[in-house]
Amino acid sequence: MSAAPLLRATGIEKRFGAVVAASELNLDIAAGEKVSLIGSNGAGKTTFVNMITGYLKPDAGSITLAGRDITRLSPRAITHLGVARSFQIPQLCAELTVLDNMLVANAVDAGALSFWRPARRPQAVARARELLQRFDLADHTGRRVAELPGGVRKLLDIAMALTGSPQLLLLDEPTSGVAAEEKYPLMDRVMRALGEEKMTVLFVEHDMDIVTRYASRVIAFYSGRVIADGAPAATLDEPEVRRYVTGTLR
Amino acid sequence: MGRHSPGRLFAGGVLLIVLLVAAGALMPKWLTFLITMAASHGLVSLGIVVLMRGGVVSFGQGLVFALGGYAAALLFNKLGVTDALLLAAAGGVVSALFTLPFAPLLARYRGIFFAMLTLALSMVLYGLLAKVDVLGGSDGFNMGRPTLLGMRLPDARVGYVMYAVTLSVAGLMALVARVYFDSTRGLVSLAMRENELRVEYLGGSARQAQAINYVIAGFIGGVGGALTVMSLGHIDPNFSYWTTSGEFVFVAILAGHQSVFAVFLASTLLEVVRSFSSLYFPNTWQLALGLFLLIVIRFVPRGLGSLWIARTGKPAREAT
Repeated sequence: MSAAPLLRATGIEKRFGAVVAASELNLDIAAGEKVSLIGSNGAGKTTFVNMITGYLKPDAGSITLAGRDITRLSPRAITHLGVARSFQIPQLCAELTVLDNMLVANAVDAGALSFWRPARRPQAVARARELLQRFDLADHTGRRVAELPGGVRKLLDIAMALTGSPQLLLLDEPTSGVAAEEKYPLMDRVMRALGEEKMTVLFVEHDMDIVTRYASRVIAFYSGRVIADGAPAATLDEPEVRRYVTGTLR
Repeated sequence: MGRHSPGRLFAGGVLLIVLLVAAGALMPKWLTFLITMAASHGLVSLGIVVLMRGGVVSFGQGLVFALGGYAAALLFNKLGVTDALLLAAAGGVVSALFTLPFAPLLARYRGIFFAMLTLALSMVLYGLLAKVDVLGGSDGFNMGRPTLLGMRLPDARVGYVMYAVTLSVAGLMALVARVYFDSTRGLVSLAMRENELRVEYLGGSARQAQAINYVIAGFIGGVGGALTVMSLGHIDPNFSYWTTSGEFVFVAILAGHQSVFAVFLASTLLEVVRSFSSLYFPNTWQLALGLFLLIVIRFVPRGLGSLWIARTGKPAREAT
């Protein structure tokens, strides 16, 4: 772990009534790490992601990004600081084409939205096509999103998040809803595209084969607590993880 | 229209305006008046289309229509401003300024809440206008004949000149609207209609975009109101009444949100249906209008603009 982590969560607490979603969370994520968050449903993984992105505010504790406190910032402000996310259910503009979805991401990323600068100007289109190419989505450029299969939508969702070249990318269950035989090819494409950016990635995942193959570090959650944190093989072998997460210890 | 450059777009648009203005010299007076009304009313509906592309519909654009009209008429009567172009611009500016303080509030609402709040504002204005005697109360008041670039308009040509002015101003604003729709801000606004959450997580502000669209719609509607009152020579509180707003929504739905040209086509169709229905079924013309809308919703649910966009094989892309 480096001395100055990219993301630091200190003493995070979050409750929804009687439900404890986060309890004494203390985590450091170093730049360049590929971290998988695992845990059963309700363990607090998505709550943690939502607190990082500003969608939820912790009851106590702080979150810093590259040393800057982002705990109380709005999702937009956090996005502008370099945090991007994809969604468990891809959040796309279904009636627009794949290219137009990318151009929307491009336009917002450019910062200064203009009343007259064409959204489909050649430079913006070239940039969008280049990113689509990296995700092997070039063949789908002119198709409406509503016509696309689930796996392609997942890739587009991630490609849009990547448009702004964020420091930290959060992927919420990138392989959920994708056919079993498509999961590895999908993650291969994602990791290949991310590899070129040397980006820090946190991904929530339920498939332990995916976790083992693509994560450099695994953080296991249970009832809002971190019950294990470390290299994938060692973490998945922890008794608490086997009992509460993978279900391989009865 | 994303496939055309702004330069070609403007050249084509200006050519179309010139042709229509020239054709007006050969038209009977009733037709030039009908098209004048269609163009000026179409501007208000164009404002609704600006909002529709961001995912909301205003049921109260009669507000800005009336504000623009009253502003032009009052400037003419009280301050002696007579130039038609100046009055049209003033109508837009006054309406936009009026909408400015309400825009951040309305931008917090979506769907029926946005629609009803805009309707409420227009009806408040209607109530005020009907009660204020200095503004003519429920009868309204007349305004004189405007001038154009310092020239007085002769009796025989005033209808045609107002037709030319209205078409030119409406055409220019339509071109500007097309440029806006094709711009980065325009595309993000369209994305909001589809998925506001995503736009926010990309770093865009849905509320800011919605507020800006409301002010733009106010400006366009105000210009439409000013042009209308200059051709009619009279204004009354009915400009702000809910049935007037309903007609603008009717045109916007008939046109769909994809095409600027379709807005003016739809507005012209409404004026034609209104005129001929009033002539042949004077007491039941709203019935004809309702049936017409039902047919459109059944057979062209995405609006008239989708007719020629579908032919390109690019259903969600833009057209002129």
